[in-house]
Amino acid sequence: MEIPILSIVTFLPLAGALLFIFVNRDKENLLRYLALIISIATFIVSLYLYFNFNAQTPDPQFVEKGPWIGYGINYHIGIDGISLYLILLTTFLMPIVILSSWTYIQKRVKEYLIFMFLLQTGIVGVFVSLNLFLFYVFWEAMLIPMYFLIGIWGGKRKIYATVKFVLFTMLGSLLMLVAIFYLYNLFYKATGTYSLNIFDYYRMILNPSVQVWLFLAFGLAFAIKIPMFPFHTWLPDAHVEAPTGGSVVLAAVLLKLGAYGFLRFAFPMFPDALQKFLPILGVLCVIGIIYGGLMALIQKDVKSLVAYSSVSHMGLIMLAIFALNMEGIVGGIYQMLNHGLSTGALFLCVGILYERSHTRMIKDFGGVSKQMPIFSAFFMVCILSSVGLPGLNGFVGEILCLFGVFKANKILAILAVTTIILAAAYLLWMFQRVMQGPITNDRVRSFKDLNLREIIFLTPIVILMFWMGIYPQTFLRKMDVSVANLLNQVNRKEVIFTKVKKENNPPSYILMEKEIKKDSTAKEDKESQ
Amino acid sequence: MTDYFWLIPFIPALSTLILVLFGQKLPKKYVSFQACFAVFASFAISVISFIGLLQTSHEHLPIIKNLFSWIHAGSFQADLALQLDPLSSIMTLVVTGVGFLIHVYSVGYMADDEGYTRYFTYLNLFTFAMLILVMGSNLVVMFVGWEGVGLCSYLLIGFWFDKHSAANAGKKAFIVNRIGDAAFLLGIFFIFTHIGSGEFSVINAAIGGGAITQGLATLIAILLFVGATGKSAQIPLYIWLPDAMEGPTPVSALIHAATMVTAGVYMVARMNVLFTFSGSANSLVAIIGAVTAVFAATMALTQNDIKRVLAYSTISQIGYMFIGCGVGAYAAGMFHLFTHAFFKSLLFLAAGSVIHALSGELNMQKMGGLRKYLPLTYPTFLIGAIAIAGIPFLSGFFSKDAILTSAYANGQYLVWALGIFCAVLTAFYMFRLIFLTFFGNERLEPEAKKHLHESPPAMTIPLVLLAFFSIVAGYVGLPVVVGKDLNFFGRFLEPVIHQAHEVHLSLGTEWMLILISIAVAVTGIFIAWVFYIKNPKIPKNIVARFPGLYKLLYNKYYVDEIYNTLFVNSTIKGSEIVYDHFDLKVIDGVVNGSAKTTNFFGKVLSYFQTGYIKDYALIFLLGVILLLGYLLF
Amino acid sequence: MIPLNYFLVLSIILFALGAIAFFVKRDLITQFMAIEIMFNAANLAFLAFAKSAGSLDGQIIVFFVITVAAAEAAVGLAIILLIFRQKKTIKSEDIKLMKG
Repeated sequence: MEIPILSIVTFLPLAGALLFIFVNRDKENLLRYLALIISIATFIVSLYLYFNFNAQTPDPQFVEKGPWIGYGINYHIGIDGISLYLILLTTFLMPIVILSSWTYIQKRVKEYLIFMFLLQTGIVGVFVSLNLFLFYVFWEAMLIPMYFLIGIWGGKRKIYATVKFVLFTMLGSLLMLVAIFYLYNLFYKATGTYSLNIFDYYRMILNPSVQVWLFLAFGLAFAIKIPMFPFHTWLPDAHVEAPTGGSVVLAAVLLKLGAYGFLRFAFPMFPDALQKFLPILGVLCVIGIIYGGLMALIQKDVKSLVAYSSVSHMGLIMLAIFALNMEGIVGGIYQMLNHGLSTGALFLCVGILYERSHTRMIKDFGGVSKQMPIFSAFFMVCILSSVGLPGLNGFVGEILCLFGVFKANKILAILAVTTIILAAAYLLWMFQRVMQGPITNDRVRSFKDLNLREIIFLTPIVILMFWMGIYPQTFLRKMDVSVANLLNQVNRKEVIFTKVKKENNPPSYILMEKEIKKDSTAKEDKESQ
Repeated sequence: MTDYFWLIPFIPALSTLILVLFGQKLPKKYVSFQACFAVFASFAISVISFIGLLQTSHEHLPIIKNLFSWIHAGSFQADLALQLDPLSSIMTLVVTGVGFLIHVYSVGYMADDEGYTRYFTYLNLFTFAMLILVMGSNLVVMFVGWEGVGLCSYLLIGFWFDKHSAANAGKKAFIVNRIGDAAFLLGIFFIFTHIGSGEFSVINAAIGGGAITQGLATLIAILLFVGATGKSAQIPLYIWLPDAMEGPTPVSALIHAATMVTAGVYMVARMNVLFTFSGSANSLVAIIGAVTAVFAATMALTQNDIKRVLAYSTISQIGYMFIGCGVGAYAAGMFHLFTHAFFKSLLFLAAGSVIHALSGELNMQKMGGLRKYLPLTYPTFLIGAIAIAGIPFLSGFFSKDAILTSAYANGQYLVWALGIFCAVLTAFYMFRLIFLTFFGNERLEPEAKKHLHESPPAMTIPLVLLAFFSIVAGYVGLPVVVGKDLNFFGRFLEPVIHQAHEVHLSLGTEWMLILISIAVAVTGIFIAWVFYIKNPKIPKNIVARFPGLYKLLYNKYYVDEIYNTLFVNSTIKGSEIVYDHFDLKVIDGVVNGSAKTTNFFGKVLSYFQTGYIKDYALIFLLGVILLLGYLLF
Repeated sequence: MIPLNYFLVLSIILFALGAIAFFVKRDLITQFMAIEIMFNAANLAFLAFAKSAGSLDGQIIVFFVITVAAAEAAVGLAIILLIFRQKKTIKSEDIKLMKG
């Protein structure tokens, strides 16, 4: 029997959470070590995916299928070159998050760790799902632990922030749920069978006017998650209030789910609507890039500065993905990983400062470098990575993104290039005010430099930053085929539809391949064996 | 002999890595030894490669070493590849040679600094980045070095980051450079989309083959040149360089005089096929170069900070180099870059020696009469000044003359005239500096005078060596008037530099041009002598006569202030307004507003919730009765 | 054989008594008992119908209701007890925790 490796990666954290229920809440260190071990174990298992991933095929790999509720609602998971790295990013960051919360989280350690694990399962679940319903379940399930992470361990305005976060995301995802049901019904009418398998939907071609509405419903859910301008205002609030670990996961992985959603669902399922909305989306992204940058420039709170920088960076990522060419999408995915690392690391750095000073206001700092030279070096590297300095990861992603955009639309590219100026401006200015200059606040004099634990969790990130910047082929190589396949899907559907559209009365759906097999669970099981 | 040329940048890189990881635990002596040795080893390989290159026939150029495929995605293909050809060879020699001397000098200059290890780490890192810049065989690798040196410049300007001004200057340098970099990046994108490769050889061949139109070539060239104005401190992006003097003086010598700031010139020379093909871009380069040269020189006239004078002088001299490139005499531009590297770093290091001797005093008004206290610094400084002023038989004369002659020969008389005018100014402000510092009566602070001393050998030996090169470096590129084939420098560069058409002047005209240059240089020095030695009252009288002009020059034409109001403050103010009124009020207002509306309806409905169980039961009962009534009737 | 209608009338009377008691009385225990009476009125009606229709369904439902009512009584009394402990009163007018 084959080992269900993907299920293990997904559910190992959940198992950890269950295990935690039986551990005494007072043994906090035991809990922490246990959490660390489980998260590292998950990461190691996920490495197996990387090493056994076949870069030659665009088909999903490590596929597992099983019956669940029926009527097309099955347990169906698998990964391709797009989701592989996002999963690795998640599993890679989790031990770091746990280490970073070691002393930061003092109350309700047990619950904190349980929620972290639930969150991880939710996120990885979204990345592996190949069934729309399963995807939706994970998508929503992820919200709950995040809600508690901000709501319990957050700062002063945590209730406001967490409610805002949940309402924003719920609004989007409910519309998506409606769209999923609509699709489900449509598919049943077309074929007489029930299916929520996304590959069946890839093969279904919809009438563009229907696509528009479905794309809007899906797109809104994803755009809020990214967040794209003008749906971004939940992000600074959530980030500012969230505990460091929550911020890291939020910035590094949660935001990527929106972009991933576009790539996995909205693009291949609604290509015509995509083409129709591209100009608007492009402009929104560019506004997001510049707007986020300008807002970051004037923030007084370090965390909200980094949050707005996320808005700007995610704008670039989305713009690159909307460029719909090889360079743009590969660059976009690569930049997602970079953004995960560099922004995650920035939040870790802010967290380190916060633990020492209990403030995040820029004006309360100054001259920290003198007190914390090692920290200063790490912080600098993280900032430079975010700024996109060559030799570090950010550059590779940024240049590919910008080049992809440039190939698609020169005006947008010229506007988007301002990001490299703005990013340097707001991050270095922040660095100057926080780390450099004379020490003005006496509190700063009591700061201790990084301890071993902090060095341990920052070092792997920094190493990875250099690795991804100097030898990106390790990562790029495994994406190419999947991305090419995605582009192919987007373009191929278009061609077929234009053929059909000339008929007088376009149906609301057409199936690309005549025989979509009867979706009986038994049959699917046979296939997977 | 050229087999191992690709090692040149990686020795300093390795040294950087060691210093980053273990530097804090290593003894100071070892740190400086390793840092200097790494650069020296690179220098040795550069020399060997250079000799190897001399023996290689032109067909085999450039020698390319492809290390590994770097970024491959779709049509964007960039390898990490290094190349050796005459142009990069000269640059590696300058970078490692001058770099080595400055490393040695730093051992003395930085001896008491607490950031000693950090300093040498940065310096090694810079050498690495600069070598990548000049050796990259495609635009992307060049851009890596380009940004890398920008970073090192940032780190080193802000080396004493606990000073506000230093931290500010570093940040300013980085951001201003980034503006240029953005344009550079767009230029690279244009080249990639239309030519499909960033490899220099491919680009040159493609332009030769007519792959792009002239208009497009001009656009690309201008974008690249905007990048160059950022890095090489030309109008309109020169403003960071004077502030960059906040860094340690050896840094100013290495980065902000000899190597990094000339990267723009190197880039234009590297892309000479493109610039020549465009034609109009070339004219722009020449005009910007000439205007910057004069503009910066006028600002140097009134400065009292010894390093700032040199900084403006650097901007002005780079202007010359761009004149050379702009008029198509790329070899002459590169030649000036080559000689300038020696005499300008000499001037900076000598100035550093003066500053060191005076315990950190930068104001020339508080110097004077130092001639006798600094027996080695003074003559070397003087040699540098003579070289830059353009007095015959020293290096600066030959290179500057080559540029101006080419400008004249190409019919760019306005550019030539500006160049000549700038030469007067150059000679004047350099000797103003010399006279104020080393001659006249002593105006020292008593505290500084107590510690007055000549610098240690680690600092003076590099000075002497650089002074030597400042004299002889010019002899590798002698003008035509001396002999027909004595311009070794130009001939060496021929395989790289595409000579469209060479205009030859008659020997008589050549002589005339040379005599004019000599005359203006001497005039400049003479005026300085009159102003500051013979009759020191004149400057004051002039200031009294033209207070407005003086103020304008002294405040550097208020360009910093204008930029601040126009770009920096307006951006920040505007962003604040948008943040307060749009982000918080409009977007968040809509969000919170919808929350409030929902809340309001909830409030209204909640009046029915009295909390009394009997009320609920009554309503319930009424409901049942109504339902029953509906069902029955 | 007693006619069906007699049972139904008795059931209605019981139900009406329970309802009136619920609205008239003020303490929770009495109100609770009133609810029990209404339950039993319903049970009676069920049984009467079951008997007259000759089906067992009604009786099964009655058993079900009795069991649930027993459980509900336990829970209900426990709640009342807790309310008394906290509020020192079991008057229904004094308890309006759910006011909006």
